[in-house]
Amino acid sequence: MTELAELLELWEPVIGLEVHVQLATRSKAFSPAGVVFGAPPNSLVDPTVLGLPGSLPVFNQAALALALKLGVATGSQIRAKSRFARKHYFYPDQPKNYQISQYDEPLCENGHLDVIIGGAVKRIKLTRIHLEEDAGKLTHVGAMSHVDLNRSGVPLVEVVSAPELTSSEEAAEFMRSLHRLVRWLEISEADMEKGQLRCDANVSVRLRGEDRLGTRTELKNINSFRFVQNAIDHEIARQLRLIDGGGRVERETRLWDADAGQSAPMRSKEEANDYRYFPDPDLPVLVVDGPTMGGILRAQPELPAARFQRYQEDIGLSADDARTMIGERALAEYFDATCKAHGMLKSGRTIANWILTELLGALNKAGKGIAESPMPPERLAALVRLVEDGTISGKIGKEVFEEAFAKGEEPGAIVERRGVQQISDEATLAAVVEEVVAASPKQTAEYQGGKDSLFGYFVGQVMKKTQGRANPVITTDLLKKRLGR
Amino acid sequence: MSASGMERWSIAEITRRIAAGEVTAAQITEDALARIEKIDGELDAFLAVDAAGARSAAAGVDLLRTAGVALGPLAGVPIALKDMIVTKGVATTAGSKILEGWIPPYDATVVDRLKAAGAVILGKVNCDEFGMGSSTERSAYKPTKNPWDATRVPGGSSGGSSAAVAAALCTASLGTDTGGSIRQPAAFCGVVGIKPTYGRVSRWGIVAFASSLDQVGPLARSVADAAAVLQVIAGHDAHDSTSLVKDVPDFAAAITGDVKGLRVGLPKEYFAGELDAEVRASLDATIAALKDGGAELVEVSLPHTELALPAYYIVAPAEASSNLARYDGIRYGTRAEASDLLELYMKTRGAGFGPEVKRRIMLGTYALRSGYYDAYYKKAQQIRALIKRDFDEAFAKTDVLLTPTTPTPAFEFGAKSNPLEMYLGDIFTLACNLAGLPGMSVPCGFTAGGLPIGAQLLGKPLDEAVLFRTGAVIESAAALGDRRPALGGAA
Repeated sequence: MTELAELLELWEPVIGLEVHVQLATRSKAFSPAGVVFGAPPNSLVDPTVLGLPGSLPVFNQAALALALKLGVATGSQIRAKSRFARKHYFYPDQPKNYQISQYDEPLCENGHLDVIIGGAVKRIKLTRIHLEEDAGKLTHVGAMSHVDLNRSGVPLVEVVSAPELTSSEEAAEFMRSLHRLVRWLEISEADMEKGQLRCDANVSVRLRGEDRLGTRTELKNINSFRFVQNAIDHEIARQLRLIDGGGRVERETRLWDADAGQSAPMRSKEEANDYRYFPDPDLPVLVVDGPTMGGILRAQPELPAARFQRYQEDIGLSADDARTMIGERALAEYFDATCKAHGMLKSGRTIANWILTELLGALNKAGKGIAESPMPPERLAALVRLVEDGTISGKIGKEVFEEAFAKGEEPGAIVERRGVQQISDEATLAAVVEEVVAASPKQTAEYQGGKDSLFGYFVGQVMKKTQGRANPVITTDLLKKRLGR
Repeated sequence: MSASGMERWSIAEITRRIAAGEVTAAQITEDALARIEKIDGELDAFLAVDAAGARSAAAGVDLLRTAGVALGPLAGVPIALKDMIVTKGVATTAGSKILEGWIPPYDATVVDRLKAAGAVILGKVNCDEFGMGSSTERSAYKPTKNPWDATRVPGGSSGGSSAAVAAALCTASLGTDTGGSIRQPAAFCGVVGIKPTYGRVSRWGIVAFASSLDQVGPLARSVADAAAVLQVIAGHDAHDSTSLVKDVPDFAAAITGDVKGLRVGLPKEYFAGELDAEVRASLDATIAALKDGGAELVEVSLPHTELALPAYYIVAPAEASSNLARYDGIRYGTRAEASDLLELYMKTRGAGFGPEVKRRIMLGTYALRSGYYDAYYKKAQQIRALIKRDFDEAFAKTDVLLTPTTPTPAFEFGAKSNPLEMYLGDIFTLACNLAGLPGMSVPCGFTAGGLPIGAQLLGKPLDEAVLFRTGAVIESAAALGDRRPALGGAA
């Protein structure tokens, strides 16, 4: 059997993702029933959610606004008039036995997602983004099956990528970038554990250099970043081994079992559903008007991938730091606000260090998020300036930070109150140096005799006498002059 | 039958007398319930009588009157509802076994509005299963008899609604009309029936047959009564996305009693072909009466008329196949015993649906299958656009169109055992639904054998008023008011 690595030199994996994102509306896509995670089973229902005879859908315009934010952020073409269609299949998780979705006239087409891979940004084409309703949830207990329709009718967008991802890593990064983006735009909590972001993957392989796509399989139920990577790796290996053994990949849908670490066929093309799509006669054409689009465009924030590039190129952050900084929108906005309050672009890296080490550390210890930081950006900027202009030392700066964080005080006021301004006056420090040298004849002799390691002792003594306020650069200078080395 | 003959009072008379304290809503209701008890055994119009609900509604009206509170426009008026209309706490079956035993937890918007107007809802009346049929023979429960001749059908699918009104078991009823299901039974039973403009009346709580064609409307013994009921149920409803945001005019004011200068179009395609001689003669008399009244008669052409039937039998079954997917026995209605999910679906639907419903589900499923959408459903929608255009052109030179409602009067039970024959009986009523227009059937005569004949009026979208205006003139010219079916032991 040929090694997998060898096969991969010959064959190129091609992956396209279909990601379902729950939109964070307060009521369902087509009825006034509420949307709350973890409510008692079947408590968030009404005649429409239950599919009762005579019930009708009325589209929730709040879901449109959220979907449009994503459409605009992905540079998609937005249809002024899109249509809802019925997708039919029998299953107890959808009481109407059809799902209201969009088919040949989706809301968004031909967009792209900027995927952060390593230090760079790769632009992946999005074929479409369409609106649809979620299904309910089935749980099987022994011979019994229970249906919970709380999730039924929750608005979703389905984001469909072009088959442009070439490894499981890229697929996982696609998911991370999309996850980040929808949270950034505040259109979804996108909590994968709550099923608010779910992924299916279409996987195929082709000989490198070949344009045509190979036969694909669809992997269902890959609902964590790790599963995305594991399931796709597993599927690529399965397909390559199959081909290597003289077999052929069948077009089929496979269900990923994360516990077993493998997939099993769900249904093949022959038994695939005919969804019998047709325009839903209960719903009028979905119209996006100019004022709505204008509002969405005006409210569009700077997006994470753009910030990621700006932080590296303009501020000089490392790719890792830049990625951490765009981990959530509130953090990036905190960083930008601190930089703005500080005013000096070249201090960006220093500010980033303060945020990524001191601030995040303190927040973490306090169990708080960046949005609840007791230290506003202006104060952190002020503190950074105090250190930069030598008013206080870096070491004292950390103490002042802690106090400012704990008490919510201005750093400048803390420095005043505690009298911890750095001593940079040469005459004052020279006197202290003189005292220290006079009090340490033995150490002085040894140092001057060549024991370099004793230099730290002298610095320590000066710091001790000044309660750590001595300017370390000037102190070092004075000591070297006084000790003659 | 009450000695006072109150069962044949008009809505105006009932509400006036109740307001004046001459009679109570309770008396009217008891009279109606007693009449149903006595006569419905001959007709089988009712599927469920809600005596308790009716008595409580009547008591409410009487209480309000005693308290001096202004009464609603239908206060104390006894009304029956086609079983396609969802009623809170009262079994709703749509004439199907698959919904047997289902007690809805909510009221249709039209029911809400009737209740708010003080109407007394007597119960639910029979219909062909899911509205699919023209005779009530497709009801899973029983066929309803025509009050004028018990060997004949009352029409359908709203045959319970038309029979109950004709037999004066209620003052008015609601039906639903997807391809003629209000107008054809109205014609067969000699009552007025109106299908409003698509979107005029909310479909919230109406068991769906074909969503783009279904409308609810009243059946009554007079044009004025039909207008009074439509006045109450019409108007925008936020629960129905296809409901029109349009003001509802005063329909009573439209009944002026004259048609002077009104341009009445006679579509030649509706008068050609096989039209029963007595129906034709009755229509001719109606046309003459309108002319006498000062109407201007205009011959018009609706060239795509013959495409209405094939287009209808794509659109309606396609939508029905989708709308009826929900009847799977999982959440409500009948559920068959089965060992797995597929078997449960197949057994439940196999036993729960009647043959006509299955036929239409199969037709519709076929029409919507992958790769055939363009050839069938889309093509049918294009034909709808052509039919609509025909009407637009006709209405450019006319105000209202007059046609027979049906090619023949009521037929005998079992006469149309071939489905296609049954479908062909609806050729005059289908185009109205495909074009979304308002249409009315108004009684215009009787055959020598004593069977009612109906004239159909078609109006421009949202112009129900012209139907009431013209219909009232036809009604008074025909002067059929004294003819009553012989019921209750030849009473």
